[in-house]
Amino acid sequence: MAALAVLVGGGTWTAVADDGPPAVQREDRMLRPGGVPIDTSYFTAGGSGKRPAVLIGHGFGGSKNDVRAQAEKLAAEGYAVLTWSARGFGKSGGAISLNDPDGEVKDVSGLIDWLAKRPEVELDKKGDPRVGLTGASYGGAVSLLAAGHDQRVDAIAPVITYWNLADALFPDGVFKKLWAGIFVTSGGGCEKFEKKLCEMYERVAVSGKPDAAATELLTERSPSAVADRIKVPSLLLQGQSDSLFPLGHADAMQKAISANGAPVSVDWISGGHDGGDNETSRVEGRVGAWFDRYLKEETGTDTGPAFRVTRTGGIDSTDGAALKRGASSDTYPGLRSGGREIPLGEGTKTFRNPAGSAPPAISAVPGVGGGLSQLSSLGVGLSLDFPGQFGRFESAPLATSVHVTGTPTARVTVKATEGRDAVLFGKVYDVSPDGRQQVLPSQLVAPYRITPDQQGKPIELALPAVDHEFDAGHRMRLVFSATDLGYASPAEPATYTVTADGPLTVPTAPAVTTAAATLPWWTWGLPAAALVIAAALLLTARRRTATPAPDPALTDVPLQITGLSKKYAKSVDRYAVRELSFRVEKGQVLGLLGPNGAGKTTTLRMLMGLITPDEGEIRVFGQAIRPGAPVLSRVGAFVEGAGFLPHLSGRANLDLYWQATGRPAEDAYIDEALEIAGLGDALARAVRTYSQGMRQRLAIAQAMLGMPDLLILDEPTNGLDPPQIREMRDVMIRYAAGGRTVIVSSHLLSEVEQSCTHLVVMDRGRLVQAGPVAEITGSGDMILVTTAEEVSEPLAEKVASLPGIGSAVRLDDGRGLLVRLDGATTSRLVADLVRLDVPVTGVGPHRRLEDAFLTLISGGAA
Amino acid sequence: MSAPVQPPEARVEAEHPEAAGYRAGRTLPLRVEAMRQLRRRRTLLVGGILAALPFILIVAFAIGGTPDGEDGGGGGRGGGRINLMDVATESAANFAATSLFVSAGFLLVVPVALFCGDTVASEASWSSLRYLLAAPVPRVRLLWSKLVVALGFSLAAMVLLPLVALAAGTAAYGWGPLKLPTGGALAAGDTIPRLALVVAFIFVSQLVTAGLAFWLSTKTDAPLGAVGGAVGLTIVGNVLDAVTALGSWRDFLPAHWQFAWADALQPELEWGGMIKGAAISVTYALILFALAFRGFSRKDIVS
Repeated sequence: MAALAVLVGGGTWTAVADDGPPAVQREDRMLRPGGVPIDTSYFTAGGSGKRPAVLIGHGFGGSKNDVRAQAEKLAAEGYAVLTWSARGFGKSGGAISLNDPDGEVKDVSGLIDWLAKRPEVELDKKGDPRVGLTGASYGGAVSLLAAGHDQRVDAIAPVITYWNLADALFPDGVFKKLWAGIFVTSGGGCEKFEKKLCEMYERVAVSGKPDAAATELLTERSPSAVADRIKVPSLLLQGQSDSLFPLGHADAMQKAISANGAPVSVDWISGGHDGGDNETSRVEGRVGAWFDRYLKEETGTDTGPAFRVTRTGGIDSTDGAALKRGASSDTYPGLRSGGREIPLGEGTKTFRNPAGSAPPAISAVPGVGGGLSQLSSLGVGLSLDFPGQFGRFESAPLATSVHVTGTPTARVTVKATEGRDAVLFGKVYDVSPDGRQQVLPSQLVAPYRITPDQQGKPIELALPAVDHEFDAGHRMRLVFSATDLGYASPAEPATYTVTADGPLTVPTAPAVTTAAATLPWWTWGLPAAALVIAAALLLTARRRTATPAPDPALTDVPLQITGLSKKYAKSVDRYAVRELSFRVEKGQVLGLLGPNGAGKTTTLRMLMGLITPDEGEIRVFGQAIRPGAPVLSRVGAFVEGAGFLPHLSGRANLDLYWQATGRPAEDAYIDEALEIAGLGDALARAVRTYSQGMRQRLAIAQAMLGMPDLLILDEPTNGLDPPQIREMRDVMIRYAAGGRTVIVSSHLLSEVEQSCTHLVVMDRGRLVQAGPVAEITGSGDMILVTTAEEVSEPLAEKVASLPGIGSAVRLDDGRGLLVRLDGATTSRLVADLVRLDVPVTGVGPHRRLEDAFLTLISGGAA
Repeated sequence: MSAPVQPPEARVEAEHPEAAGYRAGRTLPLRVEAMRQLRRRRTLLVGGILAALPFILIVAFAIGGTPDGEDGGGGGRGGGRINLMDVATESAANFAATSLFVSAGFLLVVPVALFCGDTVASEASWSSLRYLLAAPVPRVRLLWSKLVVALGFSLAAMVLLPLVALAAGTAAYGWGPLKLPTGGALAAGDTIPRLALVVAFIFVSQLVTAGLAFWLSTKTDAPLGAVGGAVGLTIVGNVLDAVTALGSWRDFLPAHWQFAWADALQPELEWGGMIKGAAISVTYALILFALAFRGFSRKDIVS
């Protein structure tokens, strides 16, 4: 009969955009599988190889278009996928008959017949294609029903659907009016339904109480009617936030289908008909894996655990989304596994059902605020009970947290006003320790209709099945309310009494374990990689050359510099110091002389280990200098001005500096140093208030802390007044007299001349001369000859070559000579000069170091 | 400088190359470095601002009214808006958490950048760095002392704020459980460990700022350059994190996780975000610290 295919519009072939091969092709057809026109879409991809088929049903109020994305995905994965609009929906004809075996279910069988004739569909035998069914809600129910009615179905994966529609809409004989109304409305109104169903609904909605005929009508069209005939592998996905088809439906399916011997997995997803996250991507992935395993028979495919529940852990603080993680067990625990008794407060509660059953208590509000019930897992929720309309029993604060997975149960005795049914709504709140906040897990309530013959004796009431963690310190609050917004309760006023006859038994499903939060690899990988990189950076920073061994021969030599060269990084060609070598002996006061830019300071920086020489070596007491060389502790330095913490006093600066050296306080000789500084009361002031001279003196005092064996003073008299300069000179001389060594750098030559024993003269980075002061100044053998005319260069050379003359250098302006005698007398020199026709205007001794210095420097330049 | 100096006899023995009592490992002890930094105006200023902030907030709430009225009816807070501000005045613990919330984005970044960015650069600008190095304080030792003290000061700043807020909040709003913005509450006894965890996470998440500032500090003699550079790059990180088009690449931005500590104030302590955030921060920080040590140990000190 499936051959009654009617092609609409000659068959539309549409290449569906797809980011990768194979492209999915869609054929839209109008078929008549069960006597009414059914609008279908057929999806295939790839070549003509045989493949299993999948039928995807849509939800109530929808059409085949709702499932197109999933169909395309499955088609691309190698299935022949057929979607259809059920009777009464979309472009299909007929009236809604709520999955009537002779209606919608028959249509599905017809579609399977049609699939069996497709050349690309794999057949188990003639007319029996390899086919699976899935779909959400209404489409899920038809999956179950088709599996029960048509033995050709090989696997099903119903999502958030019902086992018994009567149970869903008339739970325990209480009319779920709000959902039922929404259900009918979303179907397009009562007139769209089969007449029998419409009449039934209107009858029940008016009376507010389902009758036996209504229950029977819905039950016979429900999957539960074919419970013993569903024998195919079933993946049951049910929503936790679902007051329409709560978790109990999946529990009943699981029991029935696994009793038939088929493999069953149960998966409680986060969302449901009340809203929230339906985990579409994960659900479709799992459904795909289920079909891969049972339709394609890929035995290696992991179909997941027998039971999985999505738990909400909190909020992702980076994007505000709820965090979810799965908990699972290898067996389905059922709804009453691992019962734990929570004692409840005793007593009998009396409350009233208000006339007209208004105002109603509020729990789940269908169709309102997608994810309202989600909030309960975060500790927020909207729920309301009106005083006088409910009775409550409360536990003591929980000693440890209790994770409830399933349906809590309570034994109670209920009485109602004479002869009336007691219609109650049971719920278990999670109450915060201060008692001010209560949260209704998943916003679920369980309705009960307790008829007069059940009243007055203990009965067991099952509360809503939930997955919820009650934290330690929280209480469980069992509440029975007379009304609920979602349900029809009797309009007649009544008084109810409820007595708790025992503890609240809560299922804890101990076998269900939460998967450890999966952290991406980089959580550990990146820090580990960083550790490796950091170690590599530090290890490669070590200098290749080993520290040179100390030279025992130089142990008593305060300083020896050998072949020292340094170029700063920014000046490629110009050397700051070049091939400098000199030696300082113990007890010397060495003057390091040179004009600005001669390389004095650079040399001292290298001596202090602040900068690294390019070539050469500095040894202090035989130890090679490197950054932080321990021998530097025997060197005191004042180089390039003071360096103090401006916010601290002079005294605190010296104290902290000495403490920073880590040496014993008694070795500091701080009082002696402070006397040299001569700062008096100013020592207690912050250094930022000091004058230049005061800082200078404090810095020299700091250099002298600990009485170092080698004291280095760079331009020490800058900023000092003449008496202080003389004082400083005495200090240096006395200091060296104790067997210590002082190096003074200066460009104030007169200064050096008076205090130094030895000199090192530098110019443009090179050593010009080194030796005792007297030797360099020539012991009075320097003669300044002034002339009337300019002395030519050859003439100067002629003078220099005279016997007994050490050197003769023209003055800068050319009108004179600086002559060093080397054996000759002054009168002999004058005679020779006259003989050489030098126009002499004056001859005099020139002992000043400054001239000697100039002589040396100009000699070096010549 | 008048009295004559009578220095003791110069040392002649040569077995020990270094001065008597000198041990490289004892130089620049943490206590000394802390003393050097403690009396600085910036330290006192940061401490003052952080200590004053809770009082400013109390005054603000007093003037503006409590941030949220009491909810009505039988329980549950309406709406899904999640904001610590709503529950700021519920208890001292809530107030402390709110103080952290308003400060974590910027106010707590500045002290970290300041303490870590200024520490070496300011010594260089004062020229005191070369005297420390010539003392000699070994370079690695100097950096280590400075880093530990700077991080210690940063941690102290982060602890100071909630401590003052707890004390001030107890006086203003009373001691009580920590009411969570998502509903529910944490018992008063659980509050202190949770807040300690928050502070610990903020500290770890700021290690990246610390590392950046410290590295810059060894690179420049301008203290403000190091501090400003670190704060600036933190702001750039925040801006990039706002570019949602970057998708999962944002996971590797430290700024992406700066509020992950809010997970510690959820009914169910959620570790994932904090672990990821800490991992990212530690990753960057390790490399930046290593760069600082590497660069400084070979650098020519010319300041």
